[in-house]
Amino acid sequence: MQPFTYERAGNVQAAAAAVATRPEAKFISGGTNLLDLMKLEIERPTHLVDISRLPLDRIEETPEGGLRIGAQVRNSDLAADPRVRSRYPMLSQALLAGASGQIRNKASTAGNLLQRTRCSYFYNRNMPCNKREPGSGCAALEGFNRMHAVLGASEACIAVHPSDMAVAMTALDAQVETTLPDGKARTIAIGDLHRLPDSTPHVETALGHGEMITAVTLPPSPPGRQVYRKVRDRASYAFALVSVAAVVEKSGDRIRGARLAIGGVAPKPWRTREAEYVLVGAADSGSAFSEAAESALAGAVGRGGNDFKIPLAKRAIRQTLAVAVEGA
Amino acid sequence: MTEMTTSSPESRSSETRNSLIGRPIGRVDGPLKVTGRATYAYEHAVNEAAYGYILGAAIAKGRIVEIDSAEAERVPGVLHVMTYRNAPAQPEFGPAVTPTVPEVFTRARPVLNSSRVRFYDEPVALVVAETFEAARAAAGLIRVRYEEEGGVFDLPARLADAYAPGRTNAGFETDSATGDFDGAFAAASVKVDATYRTPYEHHNPMEPHATLAVWSGDEVTIYTSAQTLANFQAGLASTLGIPRERVRIVSPFIGGGFGAKLIVHADTVLAALAARVLRRPVKVALTRQQMFANAGHRAEMVQQVRLGAGRDGRLTSIGHDVWSATSGFEEFCEQTAVFTRSLYAAPNRLTRHRLVPVDLNRGEWMRSPGEAPGMLAFECAMDELAERLDLDPIELRIRNEPTEDPERGVPFSTRNLVACMQEGARRFGWERRNPTPRRIREGRRLIGYGMAAAIRPNYIGAAAAKVAIDATGRVTAHLDMTDIGTGTYTILSQIAAESLGVPIAAIKIELGDSRFPRTAGSGGSWGASSAGSALHHACSALKERIMEAARSDDRSPLRGADAAEPIFVGGEVSVGNRTVSLADLIGRIAPDGIEATGSVAAGRNTESYRTYSQHSYGAHFAEVAVDSDTGEIRMRRMLSVIGAGRILNAKTARSQILGGMTWGIGAALMEETVLDPRYGHFVNHDLAEYHVPVNGDVMEMEVVFLEEYDDKANPLGAKGLGELGVCGSGAAIANAVYNATGLRVREFPITLDKLLPGLPASAI
Repeated sequence: MQPFTYERAGNVQAAAAAVATRPEAKFISGGTNLLDLMKLEIERPTHLVDISRLPLDRIEETPEGGLRIGAQVRNSDLAADPRVRSRYPMLSQALLAGASGQIRNKASTAGNLLQRTRCSYFYNRNMPCNKREPGSGCAALEGFNRMHAVLGASEACIAVHPSDMAVAMTALDAQVETTLPDGKARTIAIGDLHRLPDSTPHVETALGHGEMITAVTLPPSPPGRQVYRKVRDRASYAFALVSVAAVVEKSGDRIRGARLAIGGVAPKPWRTREAEYVLVGAADSGSAFSEAAESALAGAVGRGGNDFKIPLAKRAIRQTLAVAVEGA
Repeated sequence: MTEMTTSSPESRSSETRNSLIGRPIGRVDGPLKVTGRATYAYEHAVNEAAYGYILGAAIAKGRIVEIDSAEAERVPGVLHVMTYRNAPAQPEFGPAVTPTVPEVFTRARPVLNSSRVRFYDEPVALVVAETFEAARAAAGLIRVRYEEEGGVFDLPARLADAYAPGRTNAGFETDSATGDFDGAFAAASVKVDATYRTPYEHHNPMEPHATLAVWSGDEVTIYTSAQTLANFQAGLASTLGIPRERVRIVSPFIGGGFGAKLIVHADTVLAALAARVLRRPVKVALTRQQMFANAGHRAEMVQQVRLGAGRDGRLTSIGHDVWSATSGFEEFCEQTAVFTRSLYAAPNRLTRHRLVPVDLNRGEWMRSPGEAPGMLAFECAMDELAERLDLDPIELRIRNEPTEDPERGVPFSTRNLVACMQEGARRFGWERRNPTPRRIREGRRLIGYGMAAAIRPNYIGAAAAKVAIDATGRVTAHLDMTDIGTGTYTILSQIAAESLGVPIAAIKIELGDSRFPRTAGSGGSWGASSAGSALHHACSALKERIMEAARSDDRSPLRGADAAEPIFVGGEVSVGNRTVSLADLIGRIAPDGIEATGSVAAGRNTESYRTYSQHSYGAHFAEVAVDSDTGEIRMRRMLSVIGAGRILNAKTARSQILGGMTWGIGAALMEETVLDPRYGHFVNHDLAEYHVPVNGDVMEMEVVFLEEYDDKANPLGAKGLGELGVCGSGAAIANAVYNATGLRVREFPITLDKLLPGLPASAI
């Protein structure tokens, strides 16, 4: 870890401005990811702006009937919120499926969205990595890529976004509110927050330097049954091999509405609109689930070690949809 | 829950009843640990300590061409940058194989003594600074240029290049052969010929390797995390080129070892070197990531198990061939097939160990070396044979229960394997297992049952102990033994209290200092038997000295007492009809206290070891649930029934077995260090990516100890226990996965991606 200076921001605009004026400055909140990366010198900010104590830690009702989640709401608090648990159960399930109790107590909502990949080669400075060192190559392409992306990846990078929370939020059509260094605010659909790697895997989000997430807004809870299903190598404290966030609304034995997002398979939380089109109006049968699963994984590319994720994701989608309709 | 049963013919309940030994008392060091007052290696506080940080090599094989530390040296607070160019002279590493087995532990292990890089992340520099943070930051500024040479890392493709080592770890014969294996196997009516693979694995104790070195004149005190102090003392003295007496090792508390703390590593050597150069104390710890290359591993292995049987289920031939990777510069041959020589009867037998050199650091002794990977393969092969014979796996093992050690031809000291299996079957509800796979379903889950046997040699190492009693009746024992979290402080307290007839509260056990009488330390499941026996003898000697004085001293109330056997109990001594308080007696006859010593010799030098085959046994049972869609395997229940001689503390013994069973889950289902053959590095080198079981994986576990007393093993009647839980437990799980799914995965760990291709398309 290289030396850095530190300040505690007094308000949102000051925080955004403080980062914006220094090219090597970063926001820090819970630090559960950034500090690890700094110890390994994957991240080497020269200045940290601590936003963890800004008054962005409330969960409020929106006039539309949704929830506005402050950027500094801790993952454990968000998971435990009674409104979240009753109206957005998949979000609570996703949060509790991620990390450990200690990490969830520290990690913030915005920080969770902006956490970086856990690709082993990204984490090792002796290895080529286009995300860490643009132009150096991707060691994962021909290396140990069991955890890597089968959708949305490029020849430059096949890393996955590791968040569970973001997958549920993606299925819930969350909006991300930000403040720009000049004090203006903007709103970004969660699906537009993360960028695909293409040839610039080091550019991970649509945020400008100094642009700060202040809140995540959830629209009113969608009708239907919500399920978050995480498939992983051990029962706790493991990143998703595949995760599925599904919302299914039934009408008789037909599916009236469906939303589907998958995690652990792509550089960003992966919303599968095509699969949703397949489901809406279909009978709630195994064949519809299979068709949706095939559709969701259409175009998926395995890189050897992660080939299994393609059939696994299909199986997980089918199972999750079946579980969702059982109670819908 | 833990229970003691009395189903063993060897039970000696008259000797063990009402004894303090065996009682499930809580750890005597527990309060210190849970309140943070137990001081671990890196926590020892001294004035003026400086902090070292190791920079590891970025390549796996080659030579340092240039190393530029100028920028690092300019970092404020940096005191010293040590590289091969300025490190104090150390002896050459020497040959890959030491002339004798003990020299493995005592040989010099130089660090930063050459421009050669022998393995990825081998130390190339040590930065010492006023703070850890400054040292780490400066290490990041050192520029190293390498001349890289291609390393070799593959095992399975290079089996033809394997060589036969001169011996295995612990000095066992490399090969064994009895009868005509090839002929018998060829002629067998029913056969299994199966090849299994086990991956690189890492010990991963919670406490990383860490050392504080403090020189005083030409003597150095090393505060470290060590399982065996004498090894550390000798190994460091050899490396520094100084007499052993000038090295003192202090290691009172150890946050787990699992075999990774039996020899000195780079943290110890570099702390000692830097502290001497700087003339001030230096602390060095390995990071978790550095532990993967620098603190030992279990090597990758390929094992071929060949079993031939008649239709009656009797084995006619047993073959166990092991190919293992080994470091090219220091050989380590895990004794993976050695247990096979003692487990089941068969007239024709063959075991062989072969090695394939790779460009990695040396392998080390990891959580039951030999049995852990060996039984994982062998006990799965037995399950495969049982199915081909249409026999229950327990019945197959009973039909092949030997009456004497099958290869040594000597009787067993105690062997309750059959009793363990039968008791386990009864308690586990083994009759509910359907021998046909995939027959038990609960919703989307496939349920399977599996079992495996456990065997582990009973070792005893040379050990000595000193025990003293003062005029208030307080007893203090000193041994250079260690408590690596196993409960040594507690069981030694029980042994001393029982022997001297005083309450546990009157006993103080002092461990973890090389100034104390030498023991074999913690390792090989021999700590309790070795140190415990030495302490038992020391207590007996102390009682004799007390009685000598008591009978002859003018001030003694027992003066002239007859020759009847004295009884030490309840803090009193009785001879015939005369009873006095022990404290009162000592106060009168020895106001300055009395002390005595005791010792045991290494087991292999004893007649008992030569004339008896000594092992601990057990039977493991597992129930798993497999998601029929995703292939996720989750434990439901485990049961281990253990026959390991007298249990010294039913609570700490249970904890040890539970730990071993948990490692069995790890070995079967998740532990694997991935080696990238392009770079020669372990890819998943932290606890997020190297999976060990977490609480959510463990579920219900039960341990049952058969009541047993092994009078051939040692004066306590106890046998080695610590590693028995991991011996075979992984195979029980693998067999349960097979029973659940009908899929036999022979490449460990069994992860869901290996099951997926065999799982029928989702039946939703």
